[in-house]
Amino acid sequence: MIAIIDYGMGNLRSVQKGFEKVGHEALVTSDRRKILDADRVVLPGVGAFADCMSNLDRLGLVDTVGRVIESGRPFMGICLGLQLLFEEGEEFGIHKGLGILRGRVVRFPAEVPGNPEQIYKIPHMGWNKIKIMNRPPHLKYVEDGGFFYFVHSYYVVPQDGSITATTTEYGLEFVSSVWKDNIFAAQFHPEKSQEQGLGILKAFGEIK
Amino acid sequence: MLARRIIPCLDVKDGRVVKGVSFVNLRDAGDPVEIAKAYDAQGADELTFLDITASHEKRGIILDVVKRTSEQVFMPLTVGGGIKNIDDIRALLKAGCDKVSINTSAVYDPRFIRAAAERFGSQCIVVAIDAKRTVPVPDAERARQIEEVNQKLSWAKDEEFRHLFFQGVNKDGLHWEVFTHGGRKPQYIDAVAWAAKMEELGAGEILLTSMDQDGQKTGYDIELTRAVSDAVSIPVIASGGVGNLEHIYEGLTAGRADAALAASIFHYKEYTIREAKEYLRERGVPVRL
Repeated sequence: MIAIIDYGMGNLRSVQKGFEKVGHEALVTSDRRKILDADRVVLPGVGAFADCMSNLDRLGLVDTVGRVIESGRPFMGICLGLQLLFEEGEEFGIHKGLGILRGRVVRFPAEVPGNPEQIYKIPHMGWNKIKIMNRPPHLKYVEDGGFFYFVHSYYVVPQDGSITATTTEYGLEFVSSVWKDNIFAAQFHPEKSQEQGLGILKAFGEIK
Repeated sequence: MLARRIIPCLDVKDGRVVKGVSFVNLRDAGDPVEIAKAYDAQGADELTFLDITASHEKRGIILDVVKRTSEQVFMPLTVGGGIKNIDDIRALLKAGCDKVSINTSAVYDPRFIRAAAERFGSQCIVVAIDAKRTVPVPDAERARQIEEVNQKLSWAKDEEFRHLFFQGVNKDGLHWEVFTHGGRKPQYIDAVAWAAKMEELGAGEILLTSMDQDGQKTGYDIELTRAVSDAVSIPVIASGGVGNLEHIYEGLTAGRADAALAASIFHYKEYTIREAKEYLRERGVPVRL
């Protein structure tokens, strides 16, 4: 059973339905025991960094996420669920993240250095391509150069570049997913990315 | 490179699609879920449902449509029409939609946009603007209009918002104002300044419809689209007037829109979404194919 952590942020129904579509049972829950009992766990999330952290904290789930990851079970973060894994985010002031991965979460620059003519709108919203740098089993059904749906104004900067699974171009090349041991986390939304995205959900449920 | 988006829009009334009769190969051509699946198969980038159900008592129907759609279709879904408060938004998001599009409620209370964005995040708050070309009127007439607005919109007198009612023309000598109720009710608000204000209050995207062009099939109002795109740094979706694929191309290039919304050319199968994207790609517009 896959547990999707419900901490009051975003459209969790789509994540659950996405798993069901590819034949994996998934449960949306904020119950610590159910999360710890699941054999794989998803941390989704849209909204603001600080709100998400405080909601996780209020529900007593900060520690739970840490324990799931430590246990070695497959863990997937989506969008803010990627960003929260890092040490700190700068959305509406500097806020501490879960600190499971080393690095920071920063805002897209308003202007691109060396290219003042080109205006990149923020949020980065819509379909963009991924470049696979290091292919985890999660991406086994995904094409290099495949399109995924993004909606975000901040991106992660891992201290250890070797955890980069994919990058994406938007004015600059940013890290669009990371892979480290049992953690895979993506800035884009697999549950909103049609066939390509469902392929990631399918592969996640198949990881041994 | 971020792809420009093609967004089909479905008008839904009491749970049934009111255009789209020519989807003859569908089991049920009036069922929004069936049509959403057909657009999904054609490679639509997002879907928009415009709920034109008149009665607020029947709001539950659109929630059921959203629920059923989000079980079948895995792409971003926006719902607009009749959204009055935070509870309406929460119910839609919970049913499985990703963004809500707010029009009249933003005009009645612009601070509602701020409250909604603070609660749910800018990424899911789309402000829909229905704009019409207007010719500046003499001062006395304008004073009468402003008086009318002040009676109707309690926020209009606030210092923060007063500039929205200046009737200046832009460098092309053009001026657009915000209308509501399907283009019938003038609100005397400068549409370009309004878009910028909506961004400031937290809107994540602007859905811009030209009421002059809507239904005309002679193309988007390119000057309007460009004026708004240049005035905001959030994505702008062009809407109103598409009759052929060249119109979509113009909206995304000369109009500088980030996405193109169209209803009838896709409903009546004049073009498929795939054909539209192939046309754009041949002309150098980045699309997802």
